[in-house]
Amino acid sequence: MLPYERPIITRYNPGITNKFGSRVDYFPFTQIDGVPVKRIIDEYGSPCFVLSERTIRDTYRNALRAFSTRYPKVQFAWSYKTNYLNAVCQVFHQEGAWAEVVSMFEYQKALQNGVSGDQILFNGPDKTADDLRTALHNNSLIHIDHFDELYLLSEIVREGGKKARVAIRINMDTGVYPQWDRFGFNYENETAWEAVQKIMGQPNMILTGLHCHIGTYMLSTRAYHLAATKLAQLALKIKSQYGHRIAYIDIGGGFASGNTLKGSYLQGSDVIPTMDDYAEAITTALLGSGIPTTELPYLYLEAGRALIDDAGYLLGSVVAIKRLSDGRRATIMDFGVNLLFTSFWYDHRITPAQEFSRHTEDMVVYGPLCMNIDVVRENISLPLLNRGDQVVVHRVGAYNMTQWMQFISMRPNVVMIDREGGVHLIRERETVDTLNQQERTPAHLRANPQQ
Amino acid sequence: MKVNKNIAISESGFIFNPGTGDSFSTNAMGQEIIRMLNEGKTREEITDFILSRYEVEKGILEKDLGDYFFMLGTYHIVQNG
Ligand SMILES: Cc1ncc(COP(=O)(O)O)c(C=O)c1O
Repeated sequence: MLPYERPIITRYNPGITNKFGSRVDYFPFTQIDGVPVKRIIDEYGSPCFVLSERTIRDTYRNALRAFSTRYPKVQFAWSYKTNYLNAVCQVFHQEGAWAEVVSMFEYQKALQNGVSGDQILFNGPDKTADDLRTALHNNSLIHIDHFDELYLLSEIVREGGKKARVAIRINMDTGVYPQWDRFGFNYENETAWEAVQKIMGQPNMILTGLHCHIGTYMLSTRAYHLAATKLAQLALKIKSQYGHRIAYIDIGGGFASGNTLKGSYLQGSDVIPTMDDYAEAITTALLGSGIPTTELPYLYLEAGRALIDDAGYLLGSVVAIKRLSDGRRATIMDFGVNLLFTSFWYDHRITPAQEFSRHTEDMVVYGPLCMNIDVVRENISLPLLNRGDQVVVHRVGAYNMTQWMQFISMRPNVVMIDREGGVHLIRERETVDTLNQQERTPAHLRANPQQ
Repeated sequence: MKVNKNIAISESGFIFNPGTGDSFSTNAMGQEIIRMLNEGKTREEITDFILSRYEVEKGILEKDLGDYFFMLGTYHIVQNG
């Protein structure tokens, strides 16, 4: 008997740019760090998230090298919200990263991961009085977002003898539209300077750092150059007016990962700046700012997606193939926007995990949810897929494992492949018991009174 | 079902419709099906022939053939009847 391939016919559209994305993978993606995709799915089910410890470490080391070969004092803080699975955080901490958190539960995770309190940067607009007390007690770096927080903190520091180590978050015009002016104090209209003056007048607060986070997936290195320049100017002004030296300048995150933005004709990895480009823009701004070499502040970085996206994969399977009423092919996967929140921003690369022929089909890729927004790819050209075929979605390490939703289907297993090829379950799949554990049914509504 | 007159099919699976100016590509299985249509074979005969030579279940083949014929019709490559 001869091997069978489903008959297909594709129309050519000469002269029209192929809206289905130019690049089709020519080879199946059968293994991750030497471990067969099929084996992972057999053991851990489909869908399943996979993280490569080797890629995390390589990416981190490359970023650290890019900055520390250009600037003498560099410190990364792992942005917990990007991916706060403990195993992932621990890889970054082992590599030397501190923790950057935006909520108390992330803060607690960082402490439980062994991060010393004074190596936690506490960002975010919503810190409660208790959160601030905890941060003060542990000597953490409190990044103040607005005046209400400043007033609240000034009341709290009056309660006890401890001095708060604080920074202010600053927003500014870096030539990027839309400007992120929602967080922090504005640079151009002098609100930031007003905040500095208020803090310098507080005997129990030490203005330790200046912080900004100018956006995310930033393609412009010039914006970083401007941001670093403005923060350095502010540091110089504080030095000249108060004789006070700022210990660190925190440039935040926002460096792009190799993903392709939705609707972009160019592949992400072909257009994004490299880590060296970002490092060059930022460090030259600091080194050229006029701050004396002996007084250069530490450079803190909170890069998230650029450090973890590449290390994450989502393995999944084809549930069904359909033809839509307008003739388009539709492929339904066992994962959707419930697990791949980032498919709202990115045209994720998807590669079959088994051999395929040279023929391709243009298609829509849907997830399994019963809702119209569940579209993983609006149009993609892929080899012929059949029910049960396995696929690998690339660069999904950032934000998906924190923004995933439990809706219609449960969150799946997450595994990490160590540097020797060992596969570790780092987050167990959720079950109906996970849900029920949190629920309390009033006695008169129970099916079984013994419940 | 008949393949429209004038439709040109090359050995590599390139299809050209001079009436509309559209061109298409089909895979080996598609070429084989079009060849049988040109020979005047019925859908049943095509199904039986493929089942006798290829590793495929009847249910799957029928679904795939239905889809393929639908697309041939959509692209005005075949005429029903
Ligand atoms: C304050 C702060 N720092 C760092 C990050 C990490 O950003 P990215 O993943 O774009 O590098 C974020 C993300 O929203 C943030 O709000």
